[in-house]
This record gives sequence, structure tokens and C-alpha cells, in this order.
Amino acid sequence: MSNLLPPATKIWWNEPIHRNELIWISLVFVWGLIMTFMMPYWHVVGKQNLGTETYKSTPAEFQLKVQEFVDKFTVRNEGPRNYPVVAPPAGGDVYMLARLWEWWPILELKKGETYRFHLSSLDWQHGFSLQPANINIQVVPDHEHVFSLTPNATGEYSVICNEFCGVGHHLMIGKILVVE
Amino acid sequence: MANTTFRTCPDTGLKLFSTTETLIKANAVLGVVFLLIGGTYGLFVGLTRWQAVHLLNAQDFYMVLTLHGLNVLIFWLIFFEIAVLYFASSVLLGCRLATPKWAWTGFALMLIGAVMNNVIVLQGNSTVMMTSYVPMAADPLFYLSLILFAVGALIGCFVFFGTLVVAKAEKSYEGSVPLVTFGAITAAIIAVFTIVSGAIILIPTYLWSIGVVSEINTLAYRLIWWGFGHSSQQINVAAHVSVWYVIAAVLFGARPLSEKVSRTAFLMYILFLQLASVHHLLVDPGTSSNFKMFNTSYAMYLAVMASMVHGLTVPGAIEAAQRARGHRDGMFTWLRKAPWGNPTFSGMFISLVGFGFLGGITGVVMGAEQINILIHNTLYVPGHFHATVVLGTTLAFMALTYWLVPVLFRRELILKGLARWQPYLFGLGMTGVSLFLMGAGTLGVPRRHWDIGFAGTGGITHEFPAAAYTMLALNGMSVILAVIGGAAFCVIIVGSLLFGKKLGNEKISPPIIAQPVTDEEYNADGGSAYAIPGTMALAMIFFVSFALYYFINWKYLAETWGIA
Repeated sequence: MSNLLPPATKIWWNEPIHRNELIWISLVFVWGLIMTFMMPYWHVVGKQNLGTETYKSTPAEFQLKVQEFVDKFTVRNEGPRNYPVVAPPAGGDVYMLARLWEWWPILELKKGETYRFHLSSLDWQHGFSLQPANINIQVVPDHEHVFSLTPNATGEYSVICNEFCGVGHHLMIGKILVVE
Repeated sequence: MANTTFRTCPDTGLKLFSTTETLIKANAVLGVVFLLIGGTYGLFVGLTRWQAVHLLNAQDFYMVLTLHGLNVLIFWLIFFEIAVLYFASSVLLGCRLATPKWAWTGFALMLIGAVMNNVIVLQGNSTVMMTSYVPMAADPLFYLSLILFAVGALIGCFVFFGTLVVAKAEKSYEGSVPLVTFGAITAAIIAVFTIVSGAIILIPTYLWSIGVVSEINTLAYRLIWWGFGHSSQQINVAAHVSVWYVIAAVLFGARPLSEKVSRTAFLMYILFLQLASVHHLLVDPGTSSNFKMFNTSYAMYLAVMASMVHGLTVPGAIEAAQRARGHRDGMFTWLRKAPWGNPTFSGMFISLVGFGFLGGITGVVMGAEQINILIHNTLYVPGHFHATVVLGTTLAFMALTYWLVPVLFRRELILKGLARWQPYLFGLGMTGVSLFLMGAGTLGVPRRHWDIGFAGTGGITHEFPAAAYTMLALNGMSVILAVIGGAAFCVIIVGSLLFGKKLGNEKISPPIIAQPVTDEEYNADGGSAYAIPGTMALAMIFFVSFALYYFINWKYLAETWGIA
């Protein structure tokens, strides 16, 4: 009977399924399997798989690590805020911190080299959004997220915040420079 | 007032108990009020994002954005969904509503929670967005207001379940519940899961905000909050799919192609749809890739399969009914002959197409573990959910409301000419909103962001492509169009309730409900009605669009930096 009325036959689960429905269900099921397969497949052949290595941390601990990193590898100070520009050895560890409302420090990386990124927040949640590469990663306090990044083109990249973090959210912008 | 008084609707033959009727009216009307409030806030959001207009200052923008999300995404939809639950139980099963006093208590709690929430946020100390991610803190009353609202909604769900028990005990129907009621049951079960998740995270957060609990783990908050935040969207899906089936039945007398397929698809929502909440955590630290992949695939995309099945069976049921009633020529005569001037039909059909093509495809694509890296927290995300929750759910609810006004309120619609156009206006505006927000998001524009021009940063800026600014301007214009459409809806409905011609107990002509298509009609012409070639063609177009768009995004992903 109509969608609004009880089924006409009491034992409706024995009724045959229409051929078109069956074709569609089979197609959709196979498509689901293909999409399920794509994610692990990309882990094997793809070059974009965000690492999930994470350590419990505290804002104070993380800040200390970033400071050490900055003290060791700063090559110059630059820009309107006179931020340190840090050029770590190719293939090494890189630290960046998020806090209200800045990304710190400025990084100078080499194209084609792979860096181990350490990312955390000193206060609220933030969103690491690397533009125009369009790589977006959630940044949460008390957790140090470690993953690797391999820049594939030179230029000046911006890190903007795409997790709402209070009234200065739109002022939060940092830089990553990629050189040959 | 005894809970046994009822009237029989002269048009639909439905048995309407007066307590049920009053509760449905109260919930639906309040829903529309919060839609009006939330939609107005949406206008301010759209006009601020339009960089050339930039209407509000930053502080007001973030506050209004918080209010916009809560009012439309929570208050409007849940109020209306409670009305749908009472309709699908008491009205469709023809029995009294269980414990009307509890139903009113739930209603009162929801109303208090919703009003309190608006007042608290407007005071300015709770600009935390709908997500209210810790450790950013809101006023304690902010969390309390949401808890009150959620408890009220939970009571509503249990009144619904109680009514099912009453109907069964009093034998007000025979056999299995109707398909629409079955869909509403899935919505209510998902709602219970949702609200319990909300309680598990919001109660400790409330205690944290008043200093009783010392710390809320940020990652745990995100995990459990999304069990609430995303699952509430799954209530919407189950509810609006049920509404599609209601409309297919009242306009066309349609029955499901097969009861088994449509019901199993609803059941799959309960089993698998919740898992999808994890797609909010795809670029979070802490959880493993295996966990992310399994959950965001909804266990091998079985919930996506459920939606794609409804996407076939709803228009398929309409096509079969239309063919059985004589519109057998060619592929699309059944669709051409549909009542496109009736807002109940046009609203429902735009909702179906918009939800599938814009909302569904994009949701699955951005829910793939790796593709999410390109999309997380960009404007693409609001673009996606304006297609699902506004174009899909809201428009479906609007379409149903047009039909409910004469049935429940016994009033004729006013401004019928405007009502004819309203779904098209709103649908077009909201399609623009979705597409342009997604376009801007593809260019990297962040969500919940006041100024992508970065004035005021002391000279550190980022230049988004000019196309991003164009997208935001076009979005602003689409918002205006959608708001005109939304306002037209509110004017028509509220106006009809107040000034519409009273219908009394006379039958309306032309009839507002189609007679159910009979077995004889379906079986005529060798049962060819069930061949549904038109729907199959539409489904194939959908499938090809889906597959193309899916792989295009993998290609985009392959072009960015290496990430491991």
C-alpha cells in the first residue's frame, strides 16, 4: 500500500525485489568497495597521507622545544613583525607553534626535501592551513602532532588559521618560504 | 482536555487527536520562528563575507555566525523533527499520543533552552561557534541551555516511542508500521544516540565551565562532540527522506517499489551512519589511519549505499505511480506531468536533486581520509552542508509544511502565486550559496573567517586569487536570493495561519491527497509501471557525476606537497 499505510502483505520481506533496484544496489555496492579500496591504496602509492604520530605534551614543554629549534637554526629576522626565519637542515625536524593569534616562527625550507614537522598549540585549537598548497591540519593544545611535509615548488607560502580561535582569528597568519 | 478527542480529516481521512494536533502545530510553528531568526542571522553572515560589503565588524560577525548555526542547524530542525515524529506516530497510526504532559514538558524545555541560548550568546561572552571546542570557554549557561534543549528533545523521542507502543497495544493499525513511520523510527533512534553523545560531552563541559571539573581533553571533546554534532545531521537525513516518501504518497498515491529495499536502507542508517562522525577528525592528531578509514567509509560506504538507494526508490516510486496512472510515454513524461506548480512537489524534488548531487557527492568525496586534507575547515565544508541541511532537509520540510497547513490548520494558503515560486527562489539561492562557498573553499578560503584580505595584521598578508573574492560576492548575492525565498516561506505560512480562508469541515477541491495507486493500476500493461526507465537514467547520470568528481579530487590531491 501507499508509503503512509501499513504494507499490504503482512510478510513483506518475502516479496521479490524489482530488477532495477537490484541492478542499482549491485552497482552502488561495487562503487562502495572501490571507494573503500581507494584510501588504503593511496597509503601505498599516494604521496599525500597525513601521519598520525602524536605525543602528549604541555604548552610549556612544546614552547621550550620550539625555542631551542629557533635558537639553533635562525638565519635572519624578517618581515613586519621581525620574526626569526629558521632554516633547518634538509630532512631534519621542524617546529611550528600556534597561539593567539600567530604562527611562529617563519620557516625556510628546501624544495624537494622532506621535513619532520612538529605542530601544536599553546592555547586554544587552531587550524593549520597552508596556502596556496591547500593543506589543512587541525592543531590542538596538549598534543604534539608529528608528520612529514615535502614542498614541491618554491615560493612564499602563507599559513592561515582556519579553526575559529576568538576575535583575532583572522589576524593569525604565518609564513613558510620554500627555496631551491 | 481528555486525550481521546479527535477529528477525522475530511480530506485525508487521517484521525487527528486534538492533543497531537496542538503539539504538532506548536512544534512546527516554533521551528519556523527559529528558521526566521536563524535565517536573518545568515543574511548578515553572507553580507559580511562579501568583502566589498563587509557589513559587520569582526566581533559581531563571529557572534552572529554562532547564532546562525545554532538557530537553524539545531533549533529549527529539531523542533520541526519533533512535529514530524508526532505526525508519523500518532497521526499515521491513528492513535492517541502517549503522555501528552511529558510532550509539553519536553516542548517547554526545548523552548527555554533555545531562547536562553540566544540570550546568552547575544550577551557577547559565548562567541564559541556551534562546535564550542574546548579549551575555548563559553558562559556556563551556554552549555546549560543546550543541555536543557537536548533533554527536551529526548523527551520528545520517548513520547514518540511510547506512542508506537500505545498504537500496537490498542491495535490502531494492522501488520507492520507504514514505511514513513519506519523512517521516523530510524530518525528517533539516531536522535537518542545523538542526544546521549551530546550529554556525555556537554555535561562535563558545563561542569568544567563552573570549575568543578579541572580539564576536558581536547581530542576526546572533538570525538564525542561530533558524535552529537554530526549525528544530529543524520537525524535530518532520516527525517527528510521520510518526508520525501510522505510527499510521494500524498501527491501521487505512491507505494515503495519494494518495502524490503526501502526499509533495509533506513535500517542501514542506524547501523552505519553514525560512524561517519569521525570524518570530522580526519586531519586530527591522535587517531590512527585505520580508525579513520573504517569509520569514514561508514564501514564500506554502506550508509552511502542506503542514501543512494533512497535516491533511486523515491523518484522510482513516483515514476511507477505516475506510469500506473497512465503517464507511460517515453522516459520522462511522468516527470513532465508532475505538478511543478505545487510547492509541495517542486520543493521536494529540488530537495532530492540538491541533496544528492550537491550535498551527497561532496560529502562522500571530502570524507575520504586523504582528500579531506584539501578541504578540512575551508569554506567548502559549509558549502557542502548548506546543500545537505538547507537545500535537502530545510526545503523538504518547507514542502511538507505547504501540505500540512490545510490538513492541520484547516486554512487555505494565502499568496498562492508566491508559494508557486518560493521553492524555486529558495532552491536557486541555496544552490548558489553551496556552489560558491565550495568554490571559494577549493581555492583555500577558510571557514568562520572575517577577513580574507588580512587588513590589520600589520602587513603580513596572503593574496587569495581574485576568483575567491568573486565567489564570496556571488555567495552574498545568492544569500540575498535565498533569504527572500526563506522570508517568502515564513510570510506565506504565518500569513496563512492568521489570515488564510478557513476551510471548516468541507472537502477541499481539487483534493490535496491522491488516492493510493491500486494493485490493478500497477499491474495493468503487464506491470510495466515498475520498469522506471526515467529514474534509472537519472540515477546513471548521478553515478557518472559522482565517479568523475571523486577521481578529479584525487588528482587535485596528487598535485600538492608530499605529506606523510
